[in-house]
Parts: sequence; structure tokens; C-alpha cells
Amino acid sequence: MSKEILKMTNIIKTYPMGDEDHVVLKGIDLIVNEGEFLSVLGPSGSGKSTLMNILGCLDTPTSGEYILHNKNISNQNQKELARIRSKEIGFIFQSFHLLPRLSARENVELPLIYAKFSKSERKNIAEEMLVKVGLEDKMNHRPNQLSGGQQQRVAIARALSTNPTILLADEPTGSLDQSTGKQVMNLFTELNQEGHTIIMITHDSTIAKYANRIVNLLDGMLTEGDVADA
Amino acid sequence: MLRETIKMSWQNIVNNKMRSFLTILGIVIGVAAVIALITIIQGVIDELNQQFLDIGTGKVNVQAYGTPLKRGLNNSDIERLAEIENVAGVSPNLSFSSTAVKDENVLEDITVDGKNEVYFRTTKELVSRGRNLNILDMDSKNKVAIVDGELVENLFFGIDPLGETIIVDGTTFIIVGVLKKDLHDDMIAMVSAGDSNGKVIIPYTTAMTMAGLGNITSVDITVKDTNYMSQVIDEIELVLNQAFNFKDDSFFILDLDSLVDAMEKMQSMMTSMLTGIAAISLLVGGIGIMNMMLVSVTERTSEIGLRKALGAEPKSIQSQFLIESIFLSLLGGIIGVILGLTLSYVVSNAIGMPFRLHLGAIALGLNFSAIIGIVFGWAPARKASLLNPIDALRSV
Repeated sequence: MSKEILKMTNIIKTYPMGDEDHVVLKGIDLIVNEGEFLSVLGPSGSGKSTLMNILGCLDTPTSGEYILHNKNISNQNQKELARIRSKEIGFIFQSFHLLPRLSARENVELPLIYAKFSKSERKNIAEEMLVKVGLEDKMNHRPNQLSGGQQQRVAIARALSTNPTILLADEPTGSLDQSTGKQVMNLFTELNQEGHTIIMITHDSTIAKYANRIVNLLDGMLTEGDVADA
Repeated sequence: MLRETIKMSWQNIVNNKMRSFLTILGIVIGVAAVIALITIIQGVIDELNQQFLDIGTGKVNVQAYGTPLKRGLNNSDIERLAEIENVAGVSPNLSFSSTAVKDENVLEDITVDGKNEVYFRTTKELVSRGRNLNILDMDSKNKVAIVDGELVENLFFGIDPLGETIIVDGTTFIIVGVLKKDLHDDMIAMVSAGDSNGKVIIPYTTAMTMAGLGNITSVDITVKDTNYMSQVIDEIELVLNQAFNFKDDSFFILDLDSLVDAMEKMQSMMTSMLTGIAAISLLVGGIGIMNMMLVSVTERTSEIGLRKALGAEPKSIQSQFLIESIFLSLLGGIIGVILGLTLSYVVSNAIGMPFRLHLGAIALGLNFSAIIGIVFGWAPARKASLLNPIDALRSV
């Protein structure tokens, strides 16, 4: 079948809390194939953010093995993790996280700077991505001149710019109203149909349904869910 | 990559104009003060040194007041001084104020200097036109004179003075040479002849007759090799002690080289003192920069987190903040240099001293501020680079 792009085996994450360790992730096993659109559905406190940090190579697990694009992430240093993020991950955050002083185009160029693209390449790619998310007429607008939905589109364009292995979305519609949220989700579906692998983390089951596969995260444990049930 | 980093740093400075300005004020004032002080002090010392150099090093001035029984030096004393090993020549100084007359024009308050041929031999490029005074002029007490530019201006009104006659103190002299302008030819004249309307140099033998003097009270002794200066001075003292029967305070020896040495010592002392002051003021400025950078890191925690999530390595975050702090302090340094130079230019003009640009001081100011940027920017930049991207992203 399709290619396995991400594999987590018995991922455990603990945080020291007072005298004892607090176990947040209690042995996660997860396989994601290329071209999948996966929702990780879970209520707050289930360990969603922690899982997302490990998936996004912002953090390393306490134990277990995480293989992303044939590379073992489990014990890399900060510098290596930064390089892996630059190449493999496209982040989309709930609160967009755009730099307010930069234009839409400059925001999209940001990851390309760290991926060491040349100036002209950056400009071309950024423009191409903004066209793709339907913001060809807003390239030089600053975030505060854009609506929430438009800001999230800029963030999606930014996540796409380095052509990462997976798009990692954390509550992407959390700051948007329903209809704008719908538009953003439709954009995700389109991107998935184009072949992008997407992992979306959310507590909202209606949003989770846009995916073609759902896993439930509850109290640090992962169970396979059903799109129809959610 | 570096260009983007520089651009980002610059934007951050520009976006916080007021804060950036206040932050660099410490550096601006520190650098400006140092540049101004170094330039002014250096200017004064250079000016004095130049005057000494004009007089010529390797010269010893002897003031021989003598005793009530014997005023000044007689010819045999001078001959004995000239015979000392390593002495190139002895030149008597004789100076009085008088009046010069040319046709119907009278010029008061001119300086009349009596000199010998040694003076012309040991003083560089003295006469611009005409000839020097020679030994024949001395021996036969010739009535020949060399005049300076000021006297020519005040008395000749465009006529070529060479070969003309001039009456000084009732004696008629033929002008055989014209002095160069702006010549500090000897220390005594420099101090005493401030308001003179002009100067005439005549053979000292002639001058002595005119002044009715038998002995010379001041001579310049030129030394061949300045390495033997102290031996020569010892010998001079011996000769003078013998001439005046070892009487206290009968003479005074002024040695230009030791004066120049003292000046150099003073200069290096001043410089190290200024360096100390500079270090303190720049330390204070540096602390200001560090404070602002720490605030900036805290403020931009979420930006740092985002950049890291987007693939920025710790190194590139660190260099962004480091470059920002170097920028800030260098900007302060540049403004400080400009301010300091302006200040010293104004002061130099006010106290009537030539303004000299001291590249050393400028380089010092700029280097110092760049180093401050690195030293005091390093810790905040390091702090930023070590921020955990998860914590950083969370703090919105």
C-alpha cells in the first residue's frame, strides 16, 4: 500500500511534578502513511499538546521510538531538531503566530530563510503559496490588515512553503468563526487531495470529521476511532 | 542568511526608536566625551611638541645670570663651551626691543636679536630669501640685518627689502635676508616677543656694541649626538661652575629633550587616565544595552518560539540578537564620534588651537562600542537561543 511516513512506538512522556513524575503519554503507538489526513481527537488534558510537540519535533519523548521520514527523532539535540523541523514539518497554530511587523509575503518567506533558500527563490515560492491559498491580492498586507481566516491562510501558506513531509495543525479553526473555519477545513481537504500528509490535533469532533482517519487520545492513551462515529 | 539577520535586527531597532535611542545614549555620551577629550588634549600636546620641534631638539639653552662680580659669559667662556666634546656650536642669544625707521616710516616695538653664524647653521631653513649671517659679519661687526615678514609688511609696503637700508636704534643696516614666516625659532623669543611688530636679526657682536654689553647672558648650545646629552650637560655645568666660582643660582640649564620627555610622559599619563574614564562610561552604557536586550528577549519570547518552530537553529537566534546589540552600540559609537569631533572642533576653535582629526581616537571609540555590543549582547542572545520553543510558543 502507501508508504509509511511516520512511526511511533511505545512513546512515553513524563514531566517532573513536585517529587514524582507525571506521566502524560502512556505508550503511544502510531503509524501514519503518506497522503493521509489524520485527526487526533481528544479533550483538553488528554496529552494533545504534548503529543503534538513530539510529533512536531519540538520535544523529544522520555522513552519510546519516533521515526519520521526514516529518521529517528527520539534522541536528537536542539540543533538537529531545528533542522528536521525546517525540512519535515509545516506548523499551523490555533493563534496563527504571524509576525505582526512583516507582510504576508515576508511571513511566508520566514521558514525559507532558515531553510537557506536564496532571496529570489523565497519570493517566488512565497508568492506561489499565497496564490495557492487564495491571497494573491493580499501579499503585502500586514497581519492586522487581514481577517482571521486570511491570517490562517497566510499561516497555511507559510507551512506549505518548505514543502514539508507533514503538515501539523493544532486546533486550526480554534480562533475562527464557523463559516471561516469551514473554509479553512475545505482548504485542508484540497491540500490533502493534492497529496499533502496532514495531522490535525483538535478537541472538536465536527472538525475532526474532515479527516479520512481519526484516532482518539484519552488520558495519554491512543485508540483508533471511526470517522463515521465521531 | 546573514543579510536577513541584519535586516531583521535593523527593523527591530527602527521599530523601537525611542527605546533604542535612550539605550544608546550612554554609549553616545561616553564615546563623545572620550573623543572630545583625546582630540583636544592631543591637539594641545601636538601643538607644544611641534613648537619644540621647530626650535629643534638637541639644543640646550643656558641662562647665565652670573654673579655680581661677573655678569654673563665672556668670549673665553663661550669658547670653552664650544670645545666640549659633542658640542656642534654655541649660539649667543641677545635680544632687545627697539624702533626701526625706513625713510619717513617709523615702526616701534620691534625685536632686535643678536645671533652668530652657529645659529644659522644649526637652525633649519631659516632664511627664505637672501643670505645668512656669516662669521665675517661677526668678526667685523658688520651692520647687516635679516628681517622677518612682519617687519617687511609693516615697513616696506610691497618694496623688495633685499639690499635696502633700515635704521635700527640709530644705526643704519643693510638688509641681506628675509626670514620665513611663522617661525618659532627660539623659546625665549616665543614667550617674550608676543606683541612684537617685527623682528630684525643682526650679528651679535654688533648687537652687543649697540646695547653696550660686555658679556652674553644666554646661549643656545647645539649637541651633535643627543645620546650623549647628559654627558654634555654635565660638562656644561662644570664649565659654568668654573666660570662663576661655583656660586649658587648663577646659571640655569634648560634642556629641550628632557622637556619633550616630560611632555610625552604627561601625554601617556593623560591617555591612560582617559582610557580609564572611557572604560567606566562605556561599562555603564553597556549595562544599558544589556538591559534593553534582556527586555527585548522577554518581549519577543513568542517570536523566538515561532522562529524556532519554523526551523531556526539556536545559533541563528543567537546571532540575530547579537547583531542587534552590536548594531545598537555601534550606532551609539558612530553618533558619539560625530558628536565628540564636533565638540572638539568647537572647543579647538574657541581656544584658538588647530583642530586635528585623530584617527586613533575614532578607531578606539568605534572598536570599544563594537566590543561592548558583543560583550553585553552575548548573555541576552544566549538566553534567547536557549529558550525552549514549546514554552516560548505558549506565551502569547
